[in-house]
Amino acid sequence: MSSPILVIAEHNGKKISPSTLRTLSAASQLAQSLNVGIDLLLLSNAEQKPVLQEQAVKFESVARVIALSGEHLGVALAESWAKEIVAVVKEFNASHILAAASAQGKNILPRVAALLDVAQVSEVMSIESPTRFVRPIYAGNAWSTVESQQERHVLTIRTTCFEPVSDQRTDAPEMIGITSTAAPWRGTTLVKQDITEGGRPELTNARVVVSGGFAVGSADNFKMLEQLADKLGGAVGASRAAVDAGFIGNDHQIGQTGKVVAPDLYFAVGISGQVQHLAGMKGSKVIVAINKDPDAPIFGVADYGLVGDLFEVIPQLTAQV
Amino acid sequence: MKVLVTVKRVVDYNVKVRVKPDNSDVDIEHSKMSPNPFDEIAIEEAVRLKEKGIATEVVAVSCGKEIAQDVLRTAMALGADRAILVKTDIELQPLAVAKLLRAVVEQEKPDLIIMGKQAIDDDANQTGQMLAALLNWPQATFASEIIAEGNGTLTVAREIDGGSETLSLTLPALVTADLRLNEPRFASLPKIMQARKKPIETIEAESLGIDINPRIKTIKVNEPPERKAGIKVGSVGALIQKLKEEAKVL
Ligand SMILES: Cc1cc2nc3c(=O)[nH]c(=O)nc-3n(C[C@H](O)[C@H](O)[C@H](O)COP(=O)(O)OP(=O)(O)OC[C@H]3O[C@@H](n4cnc5c(N)ncnc54)[C@H](O)[C@@H]3O)c2cc1C
Ligand SMILES: Nc1ncnc2c1ncn2[C@@H]1O[C@H](COP(=O)(O)O)[C@@H](O)[C@H]1O
Repeated sequence: MSSPILVIAEHNGKKISPSTLRTLSAASQLAQSLNVGIDLLLLSNAEQKPVLQEQAVKFESVARVIALSGEHLGVALAESWAKEIVAVVKEFNASHILAAASAQGKNILPRVAALLDVAQVSEVMSIESPTRFVRPIYAGNAWSTVESQQERHVLTIRTTCFEPVSDQRTDAPEMIGITSTAAPWRGTTLVKQDITEGGRPELTNARVVVSGGFAVGSADNFKMLEQLADKLGGAVGASRAAVDAGFIGNDHQIGQTGKVVAPDLYFAVGISGQVQHLAGMKGSKVIVAINKDPDAPIFGVADYGLVGDLFEVIPQLTAQV
Repeated sequence: MKVLVTVKRVVDYNVKVRVKPDNSDVDIEHSKMSPNPFDEIAIEEAVRLKEKGIATEVVAVSCGKEIAQDVLRTAMALGADRAILVKTDIELQPLAVAKLLRAVVEQEKPDLIIMGKQAIDDDANQTGQMLAALLNWPQATFASEIIAEGNGTLTVAREIDGGSETLSLTLPALVTADLRLNEPRFASLPKIMQARKKPIETIEAESLGIDINPRIKTIKVNEPPERKAGIKVGSVGALIQKLKEEAKVL
């Protein structure tokens, strides 16, 4: 097979992230128009490999799973992962290299691009042709259609813009197992990870997101929003102001410089609606704004606005939904 | 320890950017320009390292047109000791900037480079990672805390999906700043006056012999589809009814 599309699987050592299914969906569009196959690259250590591989073989649209393992690949350090990815790109002569525009993808893929001497296209929202992509600039205030005039294309994918492929296939893709022979990278070590594993769905994949702003006032008050989110099976988001104030962890920030979400239903509670916030949620199907200022800009993008005090509205809403 | 910080001149974050009528680009000719907000955070961090006696010198670098001198003056008003402008009129993309910066790094030999995580105009989030790759240096992107350990290593807390992680990096190393790293100070008037006297070295990009031509071509720029304001509802009951019956999302 000539010049496959290479997708980098994102995982935490146990589970491949759902964003990978969406990245695969973007890759399928390329694969179809170029009539080539998709290689899913699974980087891990030997211990993690079996359980990840078991998931990967069920992903629709993958032609080959390349499972590359090495003791130094168990954590996604950009320095080691980028080197391995570049080696695979050259070995299999991939034409397009894709990863989700998640914290992990953003950290690693530009490093890959530079090593390949390729200019990367970030946050691809749609694919017009194998060389032409649409991406947001200026906090999503403009959409730019760009043509990548290069031998290879390195793309991070805005996953909310692509529907996930199925993870239930029954026919197995081809498996390629490789053991890394690269010397481990010495300059960087992981000291610790603090991951909050709540019972709630992951923000970028949630069907409902309840987001709170500075007006929520405290971490304790955020529990109100958590209750509403739990009742709707949703995730909890926040504005930058709420995160900066320490009401909630940084990984809940929605916006230009945080996460981008596009749920079926988005609640903006006590959020004014600055462009930087809108950049992260304007793609939601239905937006509800709850704000006590009738002139708050958030109402300009909301399908349903309720002018009122969140401390009265939210308990009522939680009780009644 | 010598610290290099990078500063990009961008449209101020308060400006609502418009697309040109011919869809060739955004119209920013008369917009207010400022240092990229993340670069102000990077500068602040470098200056704090100097104030703590850890950094010996802070050098600010910008790549772009002559006018980018203004953001370098700001960087010096905020505490950078001197500045370097890599001058070119060519429209620069992240890979090209990374290559120019590599040349500056080879000249300046800093122990630490602090950059912004993302420029708020192109929203690329690439340049730091690319420069680290070209230098074959350790990287810690999206930093929320930097601690210089004094033994040639740096401990960096960084923001990741699901929480945070802490890395230990061997110097020389490259860090990109996230929003929570610090709250940048404002430049005082006396500092602004002093900064006028500090030196800016200009390097002609052409003299470096690096291919910086854009690899990615902009075909067109559009306004995003506008989201129309919907309706206001009078009560929680009415809201729930709309969400159930009209929007069918509950
Ligand atoms: C470089 C840069 C990047 C940024 N990136 C992001 C980003 O990714 N995400 C992001 O969100 N922001 C980002 N920002 C910040 C952004 O500009 C705004 O400052 C921020 O979104 C404001 O948060 P807020 O709406 O919670 O707070 P505020 O603007 O203070 O709004 C609070 C709102 O609550 C309302 N309110 C007050 N009391 C009540 C009550 N009792 N009941 C109901 N409503 C009430 C008020 O009317 C007001 O509208 C960024 C800024 C910069 C400079
Ligand atoms: N022209 C430039 N001059 C100096 N620094 C730059 C330039 N372009 C990008 N940078 C740095 O790279 C960071 C990330 O930019 P970007 O990759 O474009 O999102 C910015 O915050 C700056 O610190």
